[in-house]
Amino acid sequence: MKVFASAVSAAFLVVASSAGAQQLAPSPTLDAIKARGHIECGVHLGLPGFSFANDKGEWTGLDVDYCRSLAAAVLGDATKVKFTPTSVQQRWAVLQSGQVDLLSRNTTITFSRNATLGVNFQGINFYEGQTFVVRTKAKVAAVKDLADATICVAAGSTEEKMAADWFRERNLKVTVINFQKNDDAISAYDQGRCDAYTAGIGALAGQRIKFKNPEEHQILSEIISNDPQGPVTRWGDERWQLIVRWVLNGTIAAEALGVTSKNVDEMKAKSTNSEVRRLLGVEGKFGEMMGISNDWMFNAIKQVGNYGESYERTVGMGSPLKLPRGANQLWTKGGLLFTPPFQ
Amino acid sequence: MIRFLRDRKVRDYFWQGLATVGLLAVIWFFVQNASENMLKAGMATGFQFLWRDSGIEVPFNLTGYKPSDTILALLWTGIVNTILVSVVSIAVATVIGFSVGLLRLSRNWLLSSLAGFYIEFVRNIPLLFFVLFWYFGVLAALPTPRESLGLFDAVFLNRRGLSIPTPNDLAGFRIAVVVTLVLIAVQFGLSRWARARQARTGRDFPLWAVGFVLCGALPLAAFVAAGFTTSWDVPTLRGFNYRGGFVLVPEFVALFAALSTYTAGFIAEVVRGGIQSVRQGQLDAGRALGLSPGRVVRLVVIPQAMPVIIPPITSQYLNLIKNSSFGAAIAYPDIVSVFMGSALVATGQAVEIIAITLAIYLALSLFVSLFMNWYNARHKLVTR
Repeated sequence: MKVFASAVSAAFLVVASSAGAQQLAPSPTLDAIKARGHIECGVHLGLPGFSFANDKGEWTGLDVDYCRSLAAAVLGDATKVKFTPTSVQQRWAVLQSGQVDLLSRNTTITFSRNATLGVNFQGINFYEGQTFVVRTKAKVAAVKDLADATICVAAGSTEEKMAADWFRERNLKVTVINFQKNDDAISAYDQGRCDAYTAGIGALAGQRIKFKNPEEHQILSEIISNDPQGPVTRWGDERWQLIVRWVLNGTIAAEALGVTSKNVDEMKAKSTNSEVRRLLGVEGKFGEMMGISNDWMFNAIKQVGNYGESYERTVGMGSPLKLPRGANQLWTKGGLLFTPPFQ
Repeated sequence: MIRFLRDRKVRDYFWQGLATVGLLAVIWFFVQNASENMLKAGMATGFQFLWRDSGIEVPFNLTGYKPSDTILALLWTGIVNTILVSVVSIAVATVIGFSVGLLRLSRNWLLSSLAGFYIEFVRNIPLLFFVLFWYFGVLAALPTPRESLGLFDAVFLNRRGLSIPTPNDLAGFRIAVVVTLVLIAVQFGLSRWARARQARTGRDFPLWAVGFVLCGALPLAAFVAAGFTTSWDVPTLRGFNYRGGFVLVPEFVALFAALSTYTAGFIAEVVRGGIQSVRQGQLDAGRALGLSPGRVVRLVVIPQAMPVIIPPITSQYLNLIKNSSFGAAIAYPDIVSVFMGSALVATGQAVEIIAITLAIYLALSLFVSLFMNWYNARHKLVTR
């Protein structure tokens, strides 16, 4: 009886207060973004291909592109985003304290981070795999050849623990040296302090260009772990989390549905595919359901492009990194990228 | 009641009590506020994480720490490494500092200008630069493992550090250490007896010669004997690196060199100031008594300079301990690097970890202050 009464009163309240317009859960983060006019996005200190400020101070990269898509979806303008470079140690505090609205910085999704840090992971924008870079003259063919080697690694990264675990499980002894910053670990390896430096294969492809003589080094093709990475938000404010998650899904869905920055106008006008129509705001009111414009994904795709376009431009064949799609290909083409339906 | 408050002692206690309660209330408020908000944000709180497995490798440790140990063991390893580099650096910084300070006062123009140049150079450069300079400087100067500099095929020096053999069985060495300690105690007793006898009868005793044999030659013989009776773990080149024995890592050497040479510059100025605070009349009086220049320094100048030197030198020691946290920049596994770095990122419990680190630095500094105050009180000039 009590349940029924409260349900009735709740229904009455909704009808009475909104009279047609949908009532939305409060979202302090979204309100703050709209008030200040830009999104605060926490990125990596400098990782070519993912988040890297070029000589003109413009940020480029896959993680940066995601924040631009988000800005286009939320504010209608992909340039309305401010990037805050964060180190491995700073990132959680910067997010927890509300200094940034989200992190988009090569951060691996792990159980204990999710359970103890008060953060949620909103999907996967890059499947990273951990490997090693070694000097070509060291003649290392596989990871197990690194037995007795000294390995430089960034402290507090998932790679630090993974490398230690991997060799311990195989009863191989290695010396792991933990640097507080990626760049310090890289220069120590370059100086000969270590025999190898370990990081994700995507990160390594970009970091390799920081070496004095990049051609003297070789990245092992063997992968010792699969590290899914994606945007991170604070606990609480579910509506903001919803937006972060579905903008990422939208960029992947756009690629799957063949919507690109070039044909998006035409698709919006002519497409008969109802999922495309819903994605681009022609059918249904998906943007409004989250409290943003119905043109959200239209703007994001028009201004930044779909996931595939962004990938090719930042880390793929159109970039100096030349990373093949691999796991980061649509599931229909042999990769792992998948998005729930826009229904 | 009013009359009660007129008592000055009671009034003092009353205000102090009130201030203490107020301070505790403020601290309680902050702790409460922080834990409440962290709970709301879904962040883990409390100190249980200290008993979790750390899984973090520490390449240089004297505590026998393994990655399968707890975070508490990791913390202890960090503390030991911080203390180790601090103690060794303080000892060497004091020696260099006193020497440079005395040279600065030398009448020899070249020596005093060189000392002055050193002091000005060191005092006007940021410590981080110094640490990085030593680290990458040392690394660049050393050979790769395959081209190691070897000594008797037992000691090897390369970019991975200095590998030295270690004994497999420590029993013999424990006996040798005990023997040495006993001999030092005997020497102390002997010197007291000799001084008493000299005061009584005026007869001299060859204390230095006996001391050299007792505390130098005999223990050396004991250690050599112990070394011969045990087998040694000698470093050998296996694959990439030398394995076995003990490795003194370049991070330690670089941090130690940076801290000791840097702090020595400040200590030198303190020593110079202390010595110059002794009035010229005291030196003249010493010379008038017919003391040699060395004895004037040892018996007249130093005892009067020490009370001026010790308090500022204490703060230099405290600075050095705190500055050892710069080791984090070059991966020296001190408390900041392993605990406030690796463990913090692994657990995410920033508030607790920073509070613990703060408490440890505070405890270390208070201990050094206490010791130096005790030393200062003991060596206070007794004026009659």
